[in-house]
Amino acid sequence: MYTKKKVVAMLLAGGQGSRLYALTKNVAKPAVPYGGKYRLIDFPLSNCTNSGIDTVGVLTQYQPLVLNEYIGNGEPWDLDKMNGGVHVLPPYESQAGASWYEGTANAIYQNMNFIRRYNPEYVVVLGGDHIYKMDYSKMVDFHIKNNADCTISVIDVPLAEASRFGIMICDENNKVMDFVEKPKEPKSTLASMGIYVFSWDKLEKYLIENENDANAKRDRGEAWSKDFGKDIITSMLRDNQRLFAYEFEGYWKDVGTLDSLWEANMDLLSPSVPLDLYDKNWKIYSRSSYMPPQYMGSNAQVENSMIAEGSVVDGSVDFSILFAGVTVEEGATVNYSIVMPNTVIKSGAVVEYAIVGSDCVIEGGTHIGKSPEQVENRDDWGIAVVGHNVTVSSDKSVEPKQIISENI
Amino acid sequence: MSSVNYNVLGLIFASMHDSYVSELTKKRTMGSIPFGGRYRLIDFPLSNFVNSGVTEVGVITKANYGSLLDHLGSGRDWDLARKKGGLHLLPPYSQTGGIYKGRLDALGNIWSFVEHSKAQYVILSNCDIVTTIDFNDVLRQHMSTEADITLIYSKALYDSEKNNNATILDFDEDNRVKSVLVDPKISGECNQWLEMLIISKDLLRTIVADAVSKNIYSFTREILQNNNNEYKIMGYEHKDFFVRIDNIQNYYLANKMLLCEDTRKALFKKGLPIYTKVGDNAPTKYGLESNIKNSLIADGCVIEGTVENSVIFRGVKIGKGTVVKDSVIMQGTVIGNDCTISSIITDKNAEISDGKVLKFSETYPLHIDKNGKI
Repeated sequence: MYTKKKVVAMLLAGGQGSRLYALTKNVAKPAVPYGGKYRLIDFPLSNCTNSGIDTVGVLTQYQPLVLNEYIGNGEPWDLDKMNGGVHVLPPYESQAGASWYEGTANAIYQNMNFIRRYNPEYVVVLGGDHIYKMDYSKMVDFHIKNNADCTISVIDVPLAEASRFGIMICDENNKVMDFVEKPKEPKSTLASMGIYVFSWDKLEKYLIENENDANAKRDRGEAWSKDFGKDIITSMLRDNQRLFAYEFEGYWKDVGTLDSLWEANMDLLSPSVPLDLYDKNWKIYSRSSYMPPQYMGSNAQVENSMIAEGSVVDGSVDFSILFAGVTVEEGATVNYSIVMPNTVIKSGAVVEYAIVGSDCVIEGGTHIGKSPEQVENRDDWGIAVVGHNVTVSSDKSVEPKQIISENI
Repeated sequence: MSSVNYNVLGLIFASMHDSYVSELTKKRTMGSIPFGGRYRLIDFPLSNFVNSGVTEVGVITKANYGSLLDHLGSGRDWDLARKKGGLHLLPPYSQTGGIYKGRLDALGNIWSFVEHSKAQYVILSNCDIVTTIDFNDVLRQHMSTEADITLIYSKALYDSEKNNNATILDFDEDNRVKSVLVDPKISGECNQWLEMLIISKDLLRTIVADAVSKNIYSFTREILQNNNNEYKIMGYEHKDFFVRIDNIQNYYLANKMLLCEDTRKALFKKGLPIYTKVGDNAPTKYGLESNIKNSLIADGCVIEGTVENSVIFRGVKIGKGTVVKDSVIMQGTVIGNDCTISSIITDKNAEISDGKVLKFSETYPLHIDKNGKI
């Protein structure tokens, strides 16, 4: 017996995050660490809980081990429920055969039976790779008020950046007239955030249609796809369905690239960025690591940084984010950097403008990254990246823009 | 972590010696006194049991146990929300009326819980001695020596001027307890009982039933002290760090001991994590002019001033230009800008407004009550 749910959320967490290179070698993108103690997926999961959505399907595919273990029974997000709760939905084999998820729409299509069990009125579709705090229930209310078939959350972006996004063109009532993926000459600055509310009956209809159309095209040897933006939204617009844009105001950051991941972390240290992780009314939950409090030694110099439990700092840390269990020895320097869990920065090492993955050892005498001022040609500057489980031995260095995933 | 040991039942006395630190137990039990930045004292015995594979634990409470219930919940954070065994809260209930007076009295009241357990052995622990211990070694010794009772002790300095009401043991050449002194006026190195023991359930049943019929209630005085020839009482030496929370001064010093690396290594051992209630706090944020030296700091704090030689609990705010030295600042305390503070203990959610100067000595640290405002 399943209780009817007004809203079911489907979280697309199968992304490889290939532009995060070394950081997603062995973990799916939603499991990438962020902000000293979180993983990216903590944001949509916590938003669901805080929005009163207690039934969440998480669609996994790429490197699911860490993500599955992390989500577990959903207890850290209060999603361990008798009815509903969080469920990890990997690709599976059926009588018709086994198939990987062939696009975002197909991933939901293959799990329609999961949604049907709760007989929902609305389905919220979410990504697992954005940093933001959002009350989805307000978006659902907006959807209901407009008698919409689909509501797409949008954010106003600078015109110069608009060609990086899926852009919505709307009338004065926020009704979507057109949708263009990454337009060369954007006609609007309303970018899709990849967050959708669908009336379930409409979504079900279009998922089935898209699946049949795409398979027919494939059989005919034509190009086909099974994606939300490209196929479902386009088809609904073509059929004059009621699509509305829900304007979101607040902090929203896509962390698709190493630079944007670094920036999104640095944003936490900026007093002008409106992402408050200390708000007791909208906590971002995460799985805890059971470590003792952090210890700042007698030689520590710590300024403008965020540091998580279990860290031991006896060196200098400035404008940086240290995750749980990080050690910065006396005489080590960490500036403008992100250091992921359990990494040791040894005495004499300098880490600046860098992302260092988890469980690394950075030996003394090493130099990871450089400040933009130290680089002659600005185009040569970028974040230096050390992947997870890497040892950087003495006197080696990692240059700006360099990404290493093996011991050096 | 060892595998599950269904053969041992753990019993924790959460309120034993509440009166020693009356400043901190006005509205809570000994077990729920905040300690070490993110813990409550009961986290240590609870984690000791869990890390030793003991997954059936009863917590015996007395009065003021609201904060304890809030902390423990279903026991989930200690992995003790179990179908087999798990955490059981045993509120005070006395057949004779009134609140129990001693361990035997308390055990008599909760005996049906103990009887119901399938375990053959029972380990008793208090909350006022902080240590990390693996009970499997103690159990092995208890069985191999065929002891009736094994008392866990440590050889360490004791000073009756500074400590409170310890039980001191003396052994014969076979490590059998020869004499038991309660609260002796002594100073120097001695064998201090850590108020932890192993006993078989069968023997404990006999002792408790006998105590109820004779109306005696002190385990220490009536069983250990007066009957130590009747039973084979052995000692197990715990050769590791421990600290007594036996007055507010020692509570303060015990927190400050955590600033020493050796203490942290002894209490927070690899593979023996100390579990506590999850707080879901963000990491701690240090401001542009922060300056932190030799301090232990929990999650969720926002620190913009200077902190030295202090223990800072979860969610504390320390303003710009403020200097905090040699202090124990409990959860949720808010200290304004430009304050100068040394040697104080603030209880939960205390508030100190801008510009306050509070300078005390390490010998007599100032204690500010829960929700207190200065």
